[in-house]
Amino acid sequence: MNVAVAVDDEVRYEARSNASEAGPAAKRVVVGYGFWVFLLSDIVMFSAIFAAYAVLNHATAGGPSGVQLFNQRSVAIETGCLLASSYTCGLMSLAIGARRYPATYFAALITFVLGAAFLTLEVREFAGMIAAGAGPQRSAFLSAFFTLVGCHGLHVTAGLVWLVVMMAQVAIKGFRETVERRLLCFSLFWHALDIVWVWLFTVVYLMGVLS
Amino acid sequence: MTDTQYDRAPGDASALPDVEQGASSGVLVYTIGLVLAVGFTALSFWVANTSLLWVGGVSLGLTVLAIAQMGIHLVFFLHVTTGPDNTNNVMALAFGVLIVVLVVVGSLLIMSDLNDGMMPASELMNLQMQH
Repeated sequence: MNVAVAVDDEVRYEARSNASEAGPAAKRVVVGYGFWVFLLSDIVMFSAIFAAYAVLNHATAGGPSGVQLFNQRSVAIETGCLLASSYTCGLMSLAIGARRYPATYFAALITFVLGAAFLTLEVREFAGMIAAGAGPQRSAFLSAFFTLVGCHGLHVTAGLVWLVVMMAQVAIKGFRETVERRLLCFSLFWHALDIVWVWLFTVVYLMGVLS
Repeated sequence: MTDTQYDRAPGDASALPDVEQGASSGVLVYTIGLVLAVGFTALSFWVANTSLLWVGGVSLGLTVLAIAQMGIHLVFFLHVTTGPDNTNNVMALAFGVLIVVLVVVGSLLIMSDLNDGMMPASELMNLQMQH
């Protein structure tokens, strides 16, 4: 008996040490990896916009600078919303793994509400700035600012639409393999957006108000 | 036993049997991540606003804190590990980070060098006056 177990263990160990004999990876792994590569290329695109912002940071053309425009309190609330929604998105993936419908809907609802609260605050900030004559056409600094923060906001908007579509798919199709793979991609997307926001609020809002 | 996996989808928790986890420990991982992320975020807001620290070091400190927060997100939310089932994900990530660093640092370096090479504003004025 013991010998059999030992042999079995050895076989498993050997099989694992040689991945080329394992055959093609599971579709979930392939899909997840492909989406991971897409996310990284998206972050590379963000890095170009970040570089533009960092270069144009002081090109205010006599207009208002970040110190006068940015409201740290609203940024802190936005950050909290996005962080909490990333957490509830993680809880949603756990509920999906456990095939629990009510928990999935509930976590998705909270994720959506927090994401929508983030967007509302951001749109209000933009509207306030444009009303105060600090729109994207005012200076190179503001063009770069609106491009960078607006691009992130567009990603969040797309994520919210995606979340609604996914919940409709869960309701109609149930936890099929295809739906689960899409949900995996969605949670990757949502966490990646939070990572971009960490970078963004540090560079734009926190470093922007340093003298 | 038949579903021995060699690769793991990014975002999935480990599927290796020796690290098998239940749903409750999954919640624990996300909660630890949330607590750490909130702590570091609060710390970076404090660092940006305090007058206790030397001003010259603040932006460096903020950079370090931002990198720490991204690391927390990667480990606790995206479950990126150094395990053998995660090699592909980490390699892709490393390549992405390389490109990001090249683009950002390269742009800043080149632009600041060009700025240094520019004529001072007053001389430029004189030159324009001469015409």
